[in-house]
Amino acid sequence: MNPDARPDARLDARFDPQHETTSTEAVMEAVDLAQNYEVSRGLFSKSATVKAVAGISFRLAPRSTLAVVGESGSGKSTLARMLTLIERPGEGSLRLDDVDVAEADARTLRRYRGEVQMVFQNPFGSLNPRQTIGKAIEEPLLVNTSLSAPERRERALDMMKRVGLRPEHHGRYPHMFSGGQRQRIAIARALVLRPKILVLDEPVSALDVSVRAQVLNLLVELQEQLGVAYVFVSHDLGVVRHMADEVLVMYLGRAVEHGPREAIFDTPLHPYTRALLSATPVADPEAKKERIVLEGELPSPFNPPRGCPFNPRCPLVVERCRVEMPPLASKGAQRVACWVTGGDAA
Amino acid sequence: MTPLLSIRNLSVSFATGRGPFRAVDRVDLDVEAGELVAIVGESGSGKSVAMLAVMGLLPWIATVTADRMMFDGRDLLTLSARERRKIIGRDLAMIFQEPMSSLNPCFTVGFQIREAMAAHLDLSRAQRQARAVELLELVGIPEPERRLKAFPHQLSGGMSQRVMIAMALACKPKLIIADEPTTALDVTIQAQILDLLLKLQKESGVGLVLITHDMGVVAETAQRVCVHYAGQQVEMQTTRGLFRDPHHPYTAALLAALPERAQGRLLPSIPGIVPGMADRPTGCLFSPRCRFATDTCRTVPPPRAGAEFGLALCHTPLLAGVPQRREFAA
Repeated sequence: MNPDARPDARLDARFDPQHETTSTEAVMEAVDLAQNYEVSRGLFSKSATVKAVAGISFRLAPRSTLAVVGESGSGKSTLARMLTLIERPGEGSLRLDDVDVAEADARTLRRYRGEVQMVFQNPFGSLNPRQTIGKAIEEPLLVNTSLSAPERRERALDMMKRVGLRPEHHGRYPHMFSGGQRQRIAIARALVLRPKILVLDEPVSALDVSVRAQVLNLLVELQEQLGVAYVFVSHDLGVVRHMADEVLVMYLGRAVEHGPREAIFDTPLHPYTRALLSATPVADPEAKKERIVLEGELPSPFNPPRGCPFNPRCPLVVERCRVEMPPLASKGAQRVACWVTGGDAA
Repeated sequence: MTPLLSIRNLSVSFATGRGPFRAVDRVDLDVEAGELVAIVGESGSGKSVAMLAVMGLLPWIATVTADRMMFDGRDLLTLSARERRKIIGRDLAMIFQEPMSSLNPCFTVGFQIREAMAAHLDLSRAQRQARAVELLELVGIPEPERRLKAFPHQLSGGMSQRVMIAMALACKPKLIIADEPTTALDVTIQAQILDLLLKLQKESGVGLVLITHDMGVVAETAQRVCVHYAGQQVEMQTTRGLFRDPHHPYTAALLAALPERAQGRLLPSIPGIVPGMADRPTGCLFSPRCRFATDTCRTVPPPRAGAEFGLALCHTPLLAGVPQRREFAA
């Protein structure tokens, strides 16, 4: 189907008004994704509900990179698990190729799992130590395709070449590789099915600076060659600024700000984004900057604060923040959930 | 004024199954009272091992040699174990990397803070308790009396790291060695902890050695920086000087590889990896990865350049990014 020929009326019916204006093709579209977990709190107390993720919406265009930024406990890993279909979304809809995964049958779902692949944070834990890397890279093909053994091997070798591994590495075991090379192996394994989307969960945070640059360059090159879209989960704003086209900032399971990279880094609106940017150390001793030091820590997700989730730590807090949750409203190029700096109040 | 900590030619080698491995190779370091010196390097560069050697915390398979290792007028090399234990934890304290695994899970936080005082200071039980409360207040923990009764698993990462800092400060040390104190923490918590360390250092005049791999943390905290590579100290400079004009090609490449300093879509990366035990080059250890390497670099170990070149361990140290051929180089 030619996506440009799609009638707008169908888009109107399907999406809420906030999204219909963007008519570009999207490989993945999330609308109000949410996930709740029931957590048992012992034999005699009632189990509690944790809202791990709530109300996340975005569109991911081919060959683009969406960075998801947040601290530990912000729900970014839960989001990654939903996007890779490891978990079905609790609420909201996730569309791949205009098909809602909640309505897809097992067979379609199986196909989609091949189209969204994941690279994990720790390359020392994500590879099977008893499997040669050739086997590891071929395994997705074995499971998902009907290619013959020589064809699988050929595809694996081709992928290894693309990520900068030599053919003689095919029969070696993970312990024989350094952290950077293992991350290359993990990337090769994720890309061997030629997915449309790659979800990268902190792909370079376990690597040293000099090796990190190599892996980031590889990701940039592969995106240009293969046209794959990235969902880049990270807490490192230096890396995000370098890689992302769009940035989604999460706090306590909610999107607090979302927009193009330039907008987020040049004119951050949400006080949390501002604090995050000011807290990130800059490798320039002569840079003058104002440090916003946040008080306290992330509140417990069992017992989120009333109103805006950021209000107990927010330097700009007003009365309304303590009672009413701000919606994610458009302001300029970005969307921000804040009563003080957001679209409605300004 | 003699420096608080003065180290010359410190080497540490480990006896391994495949022969001795030199993890730290002829390192020098001077730290004055009230100064903050950062040691920066990638994993395997020997930065932690060098400081563990100063603390005397290395296992028996390690052989420590040095021309000089003086702390506060005492020679750490000839000190008996009993004498050393009197200094370590009192005048010389360490903050470890992973707060969650460095605290003993079986004892309350208060017990662990008071333990150091009981060992080193002549305080009564009540005085120790009062000092522990005071310390937790100092490091910014709310409700200190209640927190002292908490076990480590009841605290978050940031709180645990504050407790570690409180323990290090308990006996009013003269020098604190902080080994990646913020690496396991989120950025907003990292900012809180770094601000706390800087404030304590300014107010109490304690010397601080900060081991880190994060150039951003170095830029925002340290007065001087030592850059380590594969166990060697390749450059030592003031922080401003280092970021303005790095003299060793490794430092220059490391700074250029930072995403926040990048100009284009592709980062200028350093090819290859840090040499391990088996593949040590004969000449300069950085030569296989260096853009400026010559035949001399590959065969002859480099001499140390003068202070004008940041004491760079290089045949052709950089000046404004251009290699300078030195007359006296072999």
